[in-house]
Amino acid sequence: MFKFFGTRAGTWTGFAAAALVLFGLAPLVMTGFRLGLLAQFLCYAIVAVGIGLAWGRGGMLTLGQGVFFGMGAYLMAMHLKMADAEFRNGPGAVPDFMELAGIRELPAYWTPFSSAGFTIAAILILPTAFAVLLGLAVFKRRVKGAYFAILSQALAGAFAILLIGQQSLGGFNGLSRFRYFFGYNLDDPVNQQMLYFIVAGVLLVVVAVSLQLRRSRYGELLVAVRDAEERVRFLGYDAANVKVVAYAVAALFASIAGAVFVPIVGIISPASIGIVPSIMFILGVAIGGRASLVGPVVGALAVAWAQTALSEQFPSAWTYAQGLLFILVIALLPGGIASIASVAKRFQTKRTPVEAAA
Amino acid sequence: MDLLVGQLFTGLSTGSILLLAALGLSLTFGQMGVINMAHGEFIMAGCYTAYVVQQVVGDAGASLLIALPIGFLVGGVMGLVLEALLIRRLYHRPLDTLLVTFGVGLILQQVARDVFGAPAVNVSVPEALRGGVDLLGVTVPKTRLFIMALAIVAVTAVTLVLRFTPAGRRIRAVVGNRDLAETAGISSRTVDAGTFFIGSGLAGVAGVALTLIGSTSPTTGQSYLVDAFLVVVAGGLGRIKGAVVAAVALGALQAVFETYSTASLAKVGVFIVIVVFLQLRPQGLFTLRTRSLA
Repeated sequence: MFKFFGTRAGTWTGFAAAALVLFGLAPLVMTGFRLGLLAQFLCYAIVAVGIGLAWGRGGMLTLGQGVFFGMGAYLMAMHLKMADAEFRNGPGAVPDFMELAGIRELPAYWTPFSSAGFTIAAILILPTAFAVLLGLAVFKRRVKGAYFAILSQALAGAFAILLIGQQSLGGFNGLSRFRYFFGYNLDDPVNQQMLYFIVAGVLLVVVAVSLQLRRSRYGELLVAVRDAEERVRFLGYDAANVKVVAYAVAALFASIAGAVFVPIVGIISPASIGIVPSIMFILGVAIGGRASLVGPVVGALAVAWAQTALSEQFPSAWTYAQGLLFILVIALLPGGIASIASVAKRFQTKRTPVEAAA
Repeated sequence: MDLLVGQLFTGLSTGSILLLAALGLSLTFGQMGVINMAHGEFIMAGCYTAYVVQQVVGDAGASLLIALPIGFLVGGVMGLVLEALLIRRLYHRPLDTLLVTFGVGLILQQVARDVFGAPAVNVSVPEALRGGVDLLGVTVPKTRLFIMALAIVAVTAVTLVLRFTPAGRRIRAVVGNRDLAETAGISSRTVDAGTFFIGSGLAGVAGVALTLIGSTSPTTGQSYLVDAFLVVVAGGLGRIKGAVVAAVALGALQAVFETYSTASLAKVGVFIVIVVFLQLRPQGLFTLRTRSLA
């Protein structure tokens, strides 16, 4: 059965089935509220696909995806806030939260975000460019492994603290209360469903891009860099460039996810992009199977669902469960759910096949 | 002049706090190449140890003196258990160790929340350490001086142990070359356990000391952890010397940044400086010379 999904026909079947579930089945059986939740979870799943590429395939444990998620989210939120203000008070108006904070003049860096085109370009380019710059700085000097993990985590911490200090970005409270999304009223259930379809579409595209990258020569190279960076270097490749690409793609995915997250959830604040939320992105990927294509998506959805279902009723138990999941999954099942089939097979045949280090 | 001395002092003080938090981390990181994310929670355990001891003993001065060794034991035993149960089983998977110990940290935080409650608790400062001392025209809080002294004592003790005791020699041997040390008859497992005990114990001591300058909550440890890691990264793997220099430098840097901008920009500034610094010395300030490629 698994062989089938490796073929071209299998890939198309897989995508068709996923599209059928996301676009056909889910809107039919779910209420508007649940569909909104699912849309939110799908945003996390998009981030997870990027982490799967950078960490699962590339071996870069990025503990700072919240930074890129936050960049996309804040850029989008700025545009929505500007659009709302202009809708109410005409061009050059100050968004409502600034009025409350006593800021009368619109800060200069806000002005371009009244343009939808500029905002979308910024969402796609800024985080990616930042990731490329940081990636070059770090990987060219062969800073890797645990060092890279710590740096990416420190980045997430610094970014959240930076945002808390910016009153013109809502400070600790972040940005919230958006009314319109490119002219569409966000209170209208029809438009909320449209947002869900957008996210679902983005997820399918992101998975397709990731699949294409994995099957290309580049994908082979990425895994080679993960497993034996020195050998790849000796073969004449620049391992740093290979890593930078995966890191930048993961950043781009996270940024897009953040951008669609904002109109769906209606708030973005430093609390949802700092160190802890960044690590939580990892949990879903680890559970689903870091090196597999669909595993991170499934894992992210499962973790987000469990968090919503459990954390309100049993907040304390949910934290214990999270901790235990980290310990058990990573220590005992590093391949995640996706590897259960092969692990079971190994037990049956009582033989240890040679496997690449994950 | 006053401003300069004041800043210098703030830098040294922040640096010594960082150093206390990072010293144990540097030991375990250097020894086994693993990142213990639960280190912050060991610090937090030290804080609560000071709190509990004070509840039992009552007198602030006596309880501080009692809490320091007990904090060391509490942290050390927690480290021993963690090493034996998890870290030992995850050799050659340093990134996985990081995530697993993060899970341990989450659980420990929640335990603290369930036992002591989420609101912060305070430990009262002994009479002898209240107020300040005039040094070169600036008033310096005595608690900060105490922490600086404690950091100096801790570094000296660790250096002496590493240099002059048989156990320290074994630790250095394993850090230098694990396989060769094994061939020479050193049980690297025992040494690992010992290093983890000392490193985690130091976290406990740091926790006890930190109660003098701040309140204690379940997330206390987390707030020190990232900075402590940066110290270790900048200082170089497993070099006590590197940790000392990096801690003081980062402390001073943060103090300078905070004077000229805000605390939030200071964090960003420190981060940028570290990334630039790693351009010059990717392996940190002081490196162990090896012939390995990694």
